[in-house]
Amino acid sequence: MVDYRIDRHSGVATYVQIVQQTKQALRLGLLRPGDRLPTAREVVEATAINPNTVLKAYRELEREGLVEARRGLGTFVRRSLGAAPADSPLRAELEEWADRARGAGLERDDVAALFTAVLDKHFQGDPS
Amino acid sequence: MSSDTALRADALGKRFGRRGGWALRDCAFRLPTGRVCAVVGPNGAGKSTLLSLAAGLTAPTEGGLTVLGTSPAKARPRVGHVAQDKPLYPQLTVAETLLMGADLNAGRWDAAVAGHVVKDLDPRARVRTLSGGQRTRVALALALGKRPELLLLDEPMADLDPLARHELMGTLMGQAARHGTTIVLSSHVIAELEDSCDHLLLVAGGRIRLAGEIDELLDAHLRVSGAAAGADLGPHTVVESRVTGRQLTALIRPAGPLAGDWRTTAPSLEELVLAHLRGPGAPNPTEERAA
Repeated sequence: MVDYRIDRHSGVATYVQIVQQTKQALRLGLLRPGDRLPTAREVVEATAINPNTVLKAYRELEREGLVEARRGLGTFVRRSLGAAPADSPLRAELEEWADRARGAGLERDDVAALFTAVLDKHFQGDPS
Repeated sequence: MSSDTALRADALGKRFGRRGGWALRDCAFRLPTGRVCAVVGPNGAGKSTLLSLAAGLTAPTEGGLTVLGTSPAKARPRVGHVAQDKPLYPQLTVAETLLMGADLNAGRWDAAVAGHVVKDLDPRARVRTLSGGQRTRVALALALGKRPELLLLDEPMADLDPLARHELMGTLMGQAARHGTTIVLSSHVIAELEDSCDHLLLVAGGRIRLAGEIDELLDAHLRVSGAAAGADLGPHTVVESRVTGRQLTALIRPAGPLAGDWRTTAPSLEELVLAHLRGPGAPNPTEERAA
């Protein structure tokens, strides 16, 4: 189960915060396929936000195929996020690359900037 | 009138006394059911008058008001109203007050909800010994226990500390989620309503200045800033504009793409409301759309 925390001063729309926090929970394995998301009522009683905001977030997650609403039962996780688990070959390659970058004298921020630039180039226009 | 409308006002006006000034004039709006509506505006704007008209406590001087598809008087059993002064019987205890609520609303009383709202109060305490915030809770318990389809709350947060406000808002939102209750609450603190409300009625000087879905109202406006020299916001509706040094900032309702070199940001609800209160000439987009 996830506990949503709404930051009113973050400048991020409230429903987007719920979408992001759900995805984060999916990536971290805190939510797994078959798990039930809290009901709109549970969320609004804890956060005092408008019920329609929660429903809007859940619709967005449903549209992305991450959750499904089952009538009268609730909203359930359909699939997890993060196609690259900790032990994938992709991770091993990235480890190797990071090692070489460090060996070449790059600092942490340099590596992060480089990685982000490549990320932006290859995933242009994709939703984060 | 269709049942998907909680409140509908047409040319609604209210004057107190034959020579008194108009507390409300020419008000026209429609609030669909299932919304959580913020009634905001300065003190003395007419917010309380509007709520007591909707509660059927006073009659309009002119125009019409429909509540849940019928007259305010006929809708009263289905409407919960908490007035600003929270009228209660001071000599009754909390428990006796709730018993009275159960008696007066036989058949639709929800003791669990009412009890939950006053769960931190001593049931044997007499109402006259309670603090303002505690009285608010008792009045709300009465209003919620009635299982209203429409809940009218006049400045419900005024006496409550921050924790109690958050809890109360949570209870109200839970009520809306579970029963689809339409909630209308007035306040002059906009920030505390921004996350809870999805509909806005801005009242100022006895008139409706802005009415509609908050998301749509925000989408219809832009905050722009740029060089003041040669600035031309020509076709757009300028709600408010200010010049500081060489810079001009304005809140506008764009009529199309923005020409020229402007930095634009989306306004917050508070910015939108304040701009409309300061720039009194701006027309109401919802009225235009309806026309």
